[in-house]
Amino acid sequence: MGGSGTLNRAAPFVDRLQAAGFDFFVGVPCSLVGPVIAELDRRGLYLPETREDAALGVAAGAYLGGRLPVVVMQNSGLGVSLNALGSLHLLYGIPCLLLVTWRGYRGEDAPEHLVMGRALPNLLDLFRIPHRAPGPETLEADVAWAAAEMRERRTPVALLIRPGLFA
Amino acid sequence: MTLADAVGLLAPRIPAGTICVHANGYVSRAGYAARDREECFYMIGSMGLAASIGLGLALARPDRRVLVLDGDGNVLMNPGALASIGAAAPPNLHHVCFDNGAHASTGGQRTISDRVRLEEVARACGYRWSGRVETLDAVTAEAFLAREGPAFLLVRIALGPPGPPGPRVPHAPEAMTARLRRALGAAT
Repeated sequence: MGGSGTLNRAAPFVDRLQAAGFDFFVGVPCSLVGPVIAELDRRGLYLPETREDAALGVAAGAYLGGRLPVVVMQNSGLGVSLNALGSLHLLYGIPCLLLVTWRGYRGEDAPEHLVMGRALPNLLDLFRIPHRAPGPETLEADVAWAAAEMRERRTPVALLIRPGLFA
Repeated sequence: MTLADAVGLLAPRIPAGTICVHANGYVSRAGYAARDREECFYMIGSMGLAASIGLGLALARPDRRVLVLDGDGNVLMNPGALASIGAAAPPNLHHVCFDNGAHASTGGQRTISDRVRLEEVARACGYRWSGRVETLDAVTAEAFLAREGPAFLLVRIALGPPGPPGPRVPHAPEAMTARLRRALGAAT
């Protein structure tokens, strides 16, 4: 759990997402984005899904219906999501913002997170999914960057959420 | 009754303007062969996600009807979608599962739908209505489509005849995205 400084970042972050046009939020939780999900839920915006690839499917449907979706997940769920990203979003030109937590960052985490933690940026590069790992001072600019990239490229774009940013 | 028979019977009874999400494999081919419209979305990958895509569409567009044309292999691959649909309970979502007990497009390998009653899973997940028919007729199809959603209908079909039930969908994937969004008035 983060201190009050990190918890206070969730509400302005969700404000930024909404200001950038994001209007559909679905995902599977991770403790690192707990405050973000709580804030989305407080605003009645969050749809809990069962699996990360199902969340991507729902997000794709929302985009087809005219919405701009965000998918929240732990990086463990990125493994589950690769086929959806490869044969749905990237194939059909369907964008979404991926908020992917970076468990296993710098190899400092529980053992189940270390392999994916090490591979995360390379995995996104292999799939040609643009990504940034915002810090507190770049969060606002990185949301704007992600929204612009998504609109221009019509592909998923990822923000990697490191420990301490929100929790 | 074959997949082509069942889809051919259903297609002309789908109300105008209904968004149709077709699962990958032979369901998409049969759907395309029966009737192609701008509101038709055909998956060529991401097996299991037709129902999830349908849920996203139904929630994003409560003003439109959404019909998911699915198969038993697809539903079994992502049964969590039944739970998500039941929980969200969009009244504008109809879900048909054509059940031949097999993965037809990969050579007819058996699924486990002969032992797992998918319509009962859907009911337990909270669909407002769920049922099963051994053959689809006009009265059943029209009554189903007139129900309040989410509604699930399992239609038993025979495996076969050999070969695909229609041509590969010729539309480029990105073109299908653009035309569906255009049909729904979204920016393209």
